Amino acid sequence: MITAQPRHLRRRYDVVVVGGGPAGLEAAVAAQNAGAAQVLVVDREPEAGGILLQCIHTGFGLHRFGAELTGPEYAQRLVAQAQGVDIVADACVLDVDEQRRVKLMTTASGIATVDAGAVVLAMGARERTRAAARIPGTRPAGIFTAGLAQRLVNLYGLMPGRRAAILGSGDIGLIMARRLVLEGVEVAGVFELMPHANGLNRNIVQCLHDFAIPLYLSTTVVEIHGHERLEKVTVAPVDSTLQPQLAQAWEIPCDTLLLSIGLIPENELSGQLRLRIDPATRGPVVASTMECSRDGVFACGNVVHIHDLVDFVSAEAMLAGTCAGRFATAAPAPADNVRLLPGENVRYCVPHTISTEREQTVYLRTLRPLESCELRLVEAEGNVLYTKRLRYVFPAEMVTLKLRPAILQKFHGGTLRVELVPRAFPGQGDAAEPGFPLPAPDKRPGGEP
Amino acid sequence: MTAQVTTHYLCIGCPLGCRLEVEEEEGGQAEVEVRGFSCRRGRDYALQEHRAPQRMVTTTVAIDHALWPRLPVRSQQPVPRQLVAEICRALRSVRVVAPVTLGDVLVENVLGCGVAIVAARDMAAC
Ligand SMILES: Cc1cc2nc3c(=O)[nH]c(=O)nc-3n(C[C@H](O)[C@H](O)[C@H](O)COP(=O)(O)OP(=O)(O)OC[C@H]3O[C@@H](n4cnc5c(N)ncnc54)[C@H](O)[C@@H]3O)c2cc1C
Ligand code: SF4
Repeated sequence: MITAQPRHLRRRYDVVVVGGGPAGLEAAVAAQNAGAAQVLVVDREPEAGGILLQCIHTGFGLHRFGAELTGPEYAQRLVAQAQGVDIVADACVLDVDEQRRVKLMTTASGIATVDAGAVVLAMGARERTRAAARIPGTRPAGIFTAGLAQRLVNLYGLMPGRRAAILGSGDIGLIMARRLVLEGVEVAGVFELMPHANGLNRNIVQCLHDFAIPLYLSTTVVEIHGHERLEKVTVAPVDSTLQPQLAQAWEIPCDTLLLSIGLIPENELSGQLRLRIDPATRGPVVASTMECSRDGVFACGNVVHIHDLVDFVSAEAMLAGTCAGRFATAAPAPADNVRLLPGENVRYCVPHTISTEREQTVYLRTLRPLESCELRLVEAEGNVLYTKRLRYVFPAEMVTLKLRPAILQKFHGGTLRVELVPRAFPGQGDAAEPGFPLPAPDKRPGGEP
Repeated sequence: MTAQVTTHYLCIGCPLGCRLEVEEEEGGQAEVEVRGFSCRRGRDYALQEHRAPQRMVTTTVAIDHALWPRLPVRSQQPVPRQLVAEICRALRSVRVVAPVTLGDVLVENVLGCGVAIVAARDMAAC
C-alpha cells in the first residue's frame, strides 16, 4: 500500500474507488490486475478496512481465505495485497459528476478534484436509526445504533452505559449483547419484533445462550423514558399483524438502548449522480459487470445490497474492479441482453441484467422462510427455463445462483423472472406452518418471565 | 433406578437450527441417546457441546501510542467455554505499547489453560 498524500494526488487516475472497506480494497486490486495502472482508493476514516476494523469477532473469510478470521485480520490481508494502489485516508468524497470528476475533501489540504477513467462506488451501508423505527417517547442520551456502540467499545474502549436493552435480533445486536456482557455491562434482553430471530443460530447460541441473555420474540419497544439520560423502556408483545398489545406491556429499567434494526446502503453520492436506484435493495441498479446506469460508474459491496458474508462482498468487488479496470483501459465487456426480475417470494435479485455470453453469479433474498423449495428461472410466457432444488431459504441468508452460459443458450427472450416456489408444503411454506422448525422460540411474549 | 436427564441444544450447523437433545442417566458417564438432528453434523455438534464446549475468545486490550486506543486480540485456539468470561476479565488489565504485529503473543498461557492470546492486527506506533 502507498499512502497517498492528499497534496500530491495525480490529476487523473484510471480508476478511483470511493470507500476503502473490503469492497473498495478488493475492487482496487482487481482493477489493477485488469490493466489499470493508476488506481486510487479514498476513505474518510483514518485508515482503510471499513466496518471490518470494528468487527473483532471471528467468522470472516471461510470462503475467501479458507480460514476463520476476525474482521481486522481479514482487513489486514486485503490492505497487504493492495500493494501499488494509492490509498488516501481521512478524505471524504463529496461528489462524482457525469464526466467522472471526483471531488474530495481532506482536513490537511481542503478540496481537490481528480479525473477518473472509471469510478467504483464502495461506500458500504449505514444503520437504521430510532427515527426509522419511529419509537415514541422522550429523547434522552443513551440510545445508540448497535454498530456505533461496537465502534465505541472496540476501537475506543468506551462503554455506552451500565445496563442495556437491545432492540432487534440481527447479528450485530447479538454480537454486541455478548460484547457488552464481557465488558461488564448488564444486558436485560434482546427484543425482536418478528416471531423468529434474525441472526445466525451460531450467534443465538454463542452470544445469548452462553451468557443467559433472554431473547423475547414478537416483542418490541413501545416507549422510551428519561430526560437527560435514558431511564427505562416500555416493551410489549405484538400480535400477528405486528401491532403492540399495550395491555400486556412491561418496563425494563436501563440506561442504554441499542438498535440493531437493519442496514441501508449509503447512496448519497449515487443520488447526486442520479443513478437508477432499486427500491427493493435501495442500492443502484447494476448490470452483470456491476456497472450502474451511467457509463463507467461501477458499484459493489453493501452499497449495492446488504451482504451477510464479507466473502461475497469480496467476490462481487473483484468482478466490479475487473470490469472497471477494463472499461478504463478501453476494453469494456459486451452489454447485457437479459433483464432479471424478482418473481414469487423473491424480495430482490442482483444484478438486474445478465448476459447470455458469460458465467455470472446472481444473489437473491427470499421474502419469507421456506423449507424445501425450488429456485426457478421463468420466461415471460411462463416456461420454466431452469430449476434448482434448495433445502431451505431464510430472509437473513442470501441465496446465490451460479449461472452458466449453457443454461441461457436455449433462451431467446428479453426477460427472466426469478422465483422461489415451495415444494413440500401445500400451505405455501407459511412461517406459521405447524412443524416448521423456526429457530429458538426462547421467550414467548406475555410479561416478565 | 436412576433418572434420565435431557439437555437441549440448538444446532448451529446450518440455518435449519434443529433442536437437539442429549439424554443421559443422572450422574452417569455415558450419553444414552442423541435426538433431533437431521444430519451427522448435528449429532457430532450435540455431543461436542455436551461433553466439552469450546469457544474462541475475541476481545481488545489497551494500547499506547497507536492510531486507536484499543487493540483487537484473539485466542490462538478455542478455549473451554466456561473460561471465556474470566479470560476477558483478566485481559482488561493488559496494556501494550505500539508497534504491535499481527500474531504477536501478548499473554502466553492465559489463566493456565495452555492457550496464548495474540494480537489480531498490526498497529504501528504514532
Ligand atoms: C457489525 C457488523 C458485523 C458483521 N459481522 C460479519 C461476520 O461475522 N461475518 C461476515 O462475513 N460478515 C460480517 N459483516 C458483514 C461485512 O462486514 C460487510 O458486508 C462488509 O464489511 C461490507 O463491505 P463494504 O466494503 O461494502 O462496506 P464497509 O466495510 O462499510 O466500507 C465502506 C467504506 O466506505 C467509506 N466511505 C463511505 N462513504 C464515503 C465517502 N463519501 N468518502 C470516503 N469514504 C467513504 C467508509 O468510511 C467505509 O470505510 C458484518 C457487518 C457489520 C456491520
Ligand atoms: S442437524 Fe444438520 S440439518 Fe439440522 S441444523 Fe444441524 S446441520 Fe442443519
